[in-house]
Amino acid sequence: MDGQVIISIGREFGSGGHEVAELIAQKLEIFLIDDKLLYDLAAEKKIPYEEMKKYDERPKKPFLSRTVAGFTNAMEEHLAKMQFDYLRKMADKGESFVIVGRCSEFVLKDYPCMTSAFISGDVKTKCERVMKKYELSADEAKKLMKKKDATRKAYHNYYCEGKWGDSRNYDLCINSSTIGIEGTAGVIMAYVESKAKGDNKGDK
Amino acid sequence: MEQVISVAIFVIMFGVIISEKVERHLVSLGAGLLMLVVVLGICMRSPAAIWNTINLKEFATTAFWYAKEESAGGSGGVNWATIVFILGMMIMVEGMGRAGFFRWLCLFMAKAVRYRVLPIFVTFMVTSFVLAMFIDSITVILFLAAVTVELAEVLGFSPVPVILAEIFCANLGGSATMCGDPPNIIIGTSLGYTFGEFLENTGFIATISLVFVMAYFFFGFRKELSKKQGGATSYPEPSTAIRSKKDFAISCVIFACAVVLLVTHAMTGLTVATIGTLIAALTLLTSFKAAPVLLKKVDYKTLLFFVGLFIVVGGLEQTGVLNLIAQLISKICGDNAYVMVAVILWVSAIASAFVDNIPFAATMIPVIQSLAATTGMDLSVLSWTLACGTDIGGSATPIGASANVVGVSIAAQSGHMVGWGKYCRVMVPVTIITMAISMACIFFRYL
Repeated sequence: MDGQVIISIGREFGSGGHEVAELIAQKLEIFLIDDKLLYDLAAEKKIPYEEMKKYDERPKKPFLSRTVAGFTNAMEEHLAKMQFDYLRKMADKGESFVIVGRCSEFVLKDYPCMTSAFISGDVKTKCERVMKKYELSADEAKKLMKKKDATRKAYHNYYCEGKWGDSRNYDLCINSSTIGIEGTAGVIMAYVESKAKGDNKGDK
Repeated sequence: MEQVISVAIFVIMFGVIISEKVERHLVSLGAGLLMLVVVLGICMRSPAAIWNTINLKEFATTAFWYAKEESAGGSGGVNWATIVFILGMMIMVEGMGRAGFFRWLCLFMAKAVRYRVLPIFVTFMVTSFVLAMFIDSITVILFLAAVTVELAEVLGFSPVPVILAEIFCANLGGSATMCGDPPNIIIGTSLGYTFGEFLENTGFIATISLVFVMAYFFFGFRKELSKKQGGATSYPEPSTAIRSKKDFAISCVIFACAVVLLVTHAMTGLTVATIGTLIAALTLLTSFKAAPVLLKKVDYKTLLFFVGLFIVVGGLEQTGVLNLIAQLISKICGDNAYVMVAVILWVSAIASAFVDNIPFAATMIPVIQSLAATTGMDLSVLSWTLACGTDIGGSATPIGASANVVGVSIAAQSGHMVGWGKYCRVMVPVTIITMAISMACIFFRYL
């Protein structure tokens, strides 16, 4: 595909959003920015990766953080800002990439080459995937899904104007349980391809 | 009934401030308005209480501007002297910052010790302590921490221990004088203490503590900071910090004037409100063209926060809630002065480690006044105890004082993550040591 392509994937825990992102990156032969973002930042800022991981995609703790004259002690917020800067820098450099989470659909909304998708799934399918991946019981998997989604939602809604998972904030909202990982990746790529070709010109 | 409502307003105000959902000045002003209308107006039907709480009449009194005789302090309600003084200091500090004074001072200190890491560590602790005696700790840390990060990159050391030490010393230095930390300004203006009295009492305790604090940080981080550093080829020059020699010289003179006026205010009779007004006027007049910028940069939100806060505390005082708290403390402590000092010191320290120490101190002032009146305990001893507890206790956690938040944030911006665990492992022990030293000093000197 010619030109710059940025694909932002928001996802519910267990929906397979990460696998979808991996597949798209592989097929389009572009970067997948997920943990790479943390590794790059860790190298650039000389911070141990594990130390960064602790604060990754987490909301700041309301009663354990304070803001004074624009300064905050919330490390989650500092890391989030570093990540947002990193994404903008990558986009400005003209790189094509797939990014998972990190409020990317909001941070990169001004880049016309960005396509955003939110991937959800049925509870049953998500639960089965989590049980298999993390070797958990059904109850444990459901608890973990609830916890992870609550964290992602709080993180997202703190930094973004739109709400997490609200269809108005994304180009596409797809239920991966219905069409599977390959199908979901296919829909997103078809959309991106159509957008790149300028298929909507006739509707204007 | 009015007591229940006033406590509810206070507790809700505190909760909303901590949650950071709404800006704190709006919260305190809203709570203040509720206190005036609902508690003092509707429940107590007392226009006099409303008028006393707003306390605008204070401006018209001679004692507000000039108090040659020993003053009994403010009359409760909004403490306008504190607000006018802080406004004046904000304008002066903004002028000094624009002229490059603070950055120059930090770099000058570093150059004076030939950019060697351990001497910088020690020098910056002392600089932080001394500057915070006269200037708000946020400004002190803002400049010191930024220069520390810059030097750390050039000299190849970790800035975290140095910044943590600076934070602690800034909070400690703030406890040493009447104008160092807002709780002290409020205590001083409310109870009529002078700069010299603070220096003789909390200043004495802070200086003794500083020796132990410096030893704690020095021996705790000496090895880490002595590691082989990269060979820097060029160092930041102090002269590069000065934007205009004329402005720099003027800001130095104004700062010196402020220090002299504060140190001598018991002799001259000039109150802190007058000193604040004078230094603000001097700064604005001498920086004529930049005056609108300086005025624009004033942190009005903080001043409005204070106004709302004083109204809420004034309401609690009018309804008698603070007397009840005083009676409770008196009941717990009996007539034992040692227990009373220990309770006030440690409760203030622990509370200040988690909540803003300004509302806490403002609330506790009427409480200690009431305690002194009912138990016969010396009010000044309780005041020094309260000042030490609120000023120093705030160092224990990253959210305990504004300087902590600013310091930790500057470290994080340069890629040095300082979470609660890392912060508290260093700062909780030194806070406990300092509180123990303060308690021992108060026990031996006053009881």
